[in-house]
Amino acid sequence: MFYRESGIFKTSYAADMAVLPLPGTRWLLAALAALFIVVAPATLDEYTLSVLNLILIAVVGAIGLNILVGYTDQVSIGHGAFMSVGAYTAANLITRLDAPFWIAVPAGGLMAALIGVVVGIPSLRIKGLYLAISTLAAQLIIEWVINHTAWVSGGTQASIQVPPPSVFGTKLVGAWQIYLFLMFFVVLAIVAAQNLIRSRIGRAFIAIRDQDIAAEIIGIDIFRYKLLAFAISSFYAGVTGVLYTYYLGIANYEQFQLDVSINFLAMVIIGGLGSTLGPIFGAVFVTLLPIVSRRALEFVGGFFVERADLANYVPSLRLAIFGGLIIFFLVVEPEGLNRLWRNIRTWFRAWPFSF
Amino acid sequence: MQYSIRKHLVLAAGVMAGMWCAGTALAQTKEILIGAQCDRTGPTQLVGTVFCPAVQDYVNLINAQGGIDGFKIRIDELDNNYQVPPAIEEYERHKQEGMVSTLIWGTPQAEALNPRLEKDHIPGTSPGFGSAAAANGAKYPYLFPVAATYWSQGAAAIKFVKDKLGGDLKGKKIAYMYYDNPAGLEPLPIIKKLQATEGFELRTFAVPAPGVEMSAQVLDITQRYRPDFVIAHLFGRAPSVMIKSMKQSGYPLSKVLGLVWASSEADIAAAGGWAMAQGYNTMQFAGVGEQYPVDQEIIAMYKKDGKPPPAGMKTSVYYNRGILDAALHIEAVRRAMQANGGKPPTGEEVKKGFESIKDFTLGGLVPPLEVTPSDHEGGGWVQIFQVKGDKLVKETEWFHGYRDLVLKTVNAAS
Repeated sequence: MFYRESGIFKTSYAADMAVLPLPGTRWLLAALAALFIVVAPATLDEYTLSVLNLILIAVVGAIGLNILVGYTDQVSIGHGAFMSVGAYTAANLITRLDAPFWIAVPAGGLMAALIGVVVGIPSLRIKGLYLAISTLAAQLIIEWVINHTAWVSGGTQASIQVPPPSVFGTKLVGAWQIYLFLMFFVVLAIVAAQNLIRSRIGRAFIAIRDQDIAAEIIGIDIFRYKLLAFAISSFYAGVTGVLYTYYLGIANYEQFQLDVSINFLAMVIIGGLGSTLGPIFGAVFVTLLPIVSRRALEFVGGFFVERADLANYVPSLRLAIFGGLIIFFLVVEPEGLNRLWRNIRTWFRAWPFSF
Repeated sequence: MQYSIRKHLVLAAGVMAGMWCAGTALAQTKEILIGAQCDRTGPTQLVGTVFCPAVQDYVNLINAQGGIDGFKIRIDELDNNYQVPPAIEEYERHKQEGMVSTLIWGTPQAEALNPRLEKDHIPGTSPGFGSAAAANGAKYPYLFPVAATYWSQGAAAIKFVKDKLGGDLKGKKIAYMYYDNPAGLEPLPIIKKLQATEGFELRTFAVPAPGVEMSAQVLDITQRYRPDFVIAHLFGRAPSVMIKSMKQSGYPLSKVLGLVWASSEADIAAAGGWAMAQGYNTMQFAGVGEQYPVDQEIIAMYKKDGKPPPAGMKTSVYYNRGILDAALHIEAVRRAMQANGGKPPTGEEVKKGFESIKDFTLGGLVPPLEVTPSDHEGGGWVQIFQVKGDKLVKETEWFHGYRDLVLKTVNAAS
């Protein structure tokens, strides 16, 4: 955006295939990494970090859902349940076998992937809204099963307490420690997703999204790739569930109900389908919007009523604003925040001589 | 296109600036902050829209009377929508602003916040919900259920039924109807243990979420099983549907007992009014009605400002519970300040304050609680009110059932 994009000539295949072909992008990314990995945890207070932590967890889930919805065009409103699968798998491993995080996190993901594949089977026959309804059924079935299987849920309260993760013998309890722990997985998630989409598998997903019959004709095994998309996406969801469990210190099925699935779907759609940046924008937007709108309301409302009375108005108004802003952004740019960002970039690219 | 983008940028910058200004507002002296989480918009809004204004009213009343030792109480209410992530964010925000204690709202929220309460030494209350094991002060040092937990409610329900059925449950049939979620299942272990010692017959009937369709279960109960008593542990819209369906199938509501979240005037109104619910027994962990001195003081406070009494008072069950929750926090702060010589208390001191609460009944609105470092439930007291005419009439005084068994279960729980 603020750097030169033209006149960069690639002289080798490796340079041509690089994830970040522009040196400017690389520098920008390095600066962002330094900002978020070094400066942020060192300087920000605990409250801000706790908000960032919620965003980081949401980013992992949104990127995963985007692989399914954005790249392969298969709808899932069962991702909340996949998260609970990951959460309970990890919680059981941690409490029963003292599993460290580097086992608990992938194990949670793999179990969710397994369940995700099973849930994905109907996608071979049905599409669109019909598939959405069948994943909705999965959400309800998984919830019910966890709730009624004491062996999985850890008793009638269906909640299992989990100690904080420990890395090299240190328990991560401080907000900045957890922040870095989560950031590690976010970086992994972004890098993996970005590379996946550039690979043969990713291209197959996109081919299925654009026209599945055509994809089948050119030799893509639809059966395999649709299930693979479900598996990868559910793996991300499972990891999200494990991260939630670590962050909250508890696995509880009420944290992963239908509204969570819908929230994540909202992140992906608002952020922009079919890009890696989109779901990140979406996760930031959906997590921050309620917080920002409440603060804004408290600020503005403070001129009209006393702060104590504000509590009577803010909650409902906040919901209305949340809904209104989602409509607003989708009307302004139906392709999501990512497209909006690109428009801004394009505009600046030619600025100030934008003719 | 280009113009509009510039406009959007300005707009976005404006919103961001506004937000951070708002965040840094307000940090007065001579003020004690109590955090409150609330649900006026989520699935439990039936309770929240009455409970939370009551909390505000009570705090306003205390401040109007001069606060505590010259310190004003500031209660900062944030709506968590009955979701966990906002609850975490709100807790951190309150913590940053220096709260000394917090009113938690919701079972999963209480579970998720518990490790943070312990880490930050801030006491929190979870009246009438939350995990029953939290009554154990040794294992949950900073979580205070203060009101009867689901285990105490289950035990009290069996005791009430026993008294109603002539003091002996041997061979009697009891139906337990519950909302099919963890909270609905929670009283069952206690009830099953009592089944073994008291020798009654028990059948359970699950009502699946969202609890508005239960004709099969009601038919099963009233036509096939024909129990001597029904214990209903339902939430949200479900209690009203249950009352209506029981009435329609001709089962006497005087043989039905609703646990604490199936027991408000709002449920009875939603079921079709008082006439529909005659005889229905409700379990309460706070007083019912507006006759208590504190309710009258709040009405007087409103009157002085030229306003009619608060609308929420019509649902006095939830209104008085809000008063109970707020009052216990303020009492704990008061006791903490008595102990430390009138300084603004720390979270740790307020915790000690909670653990010394006794002889604090607000004229009968609060049960004869005795919170101790080991018993954070304060005794597990409940009252039964019955629908008679157009109000809830007190049927029993404060009582608790099978306290030994409940305490044993609490101590055995992890």
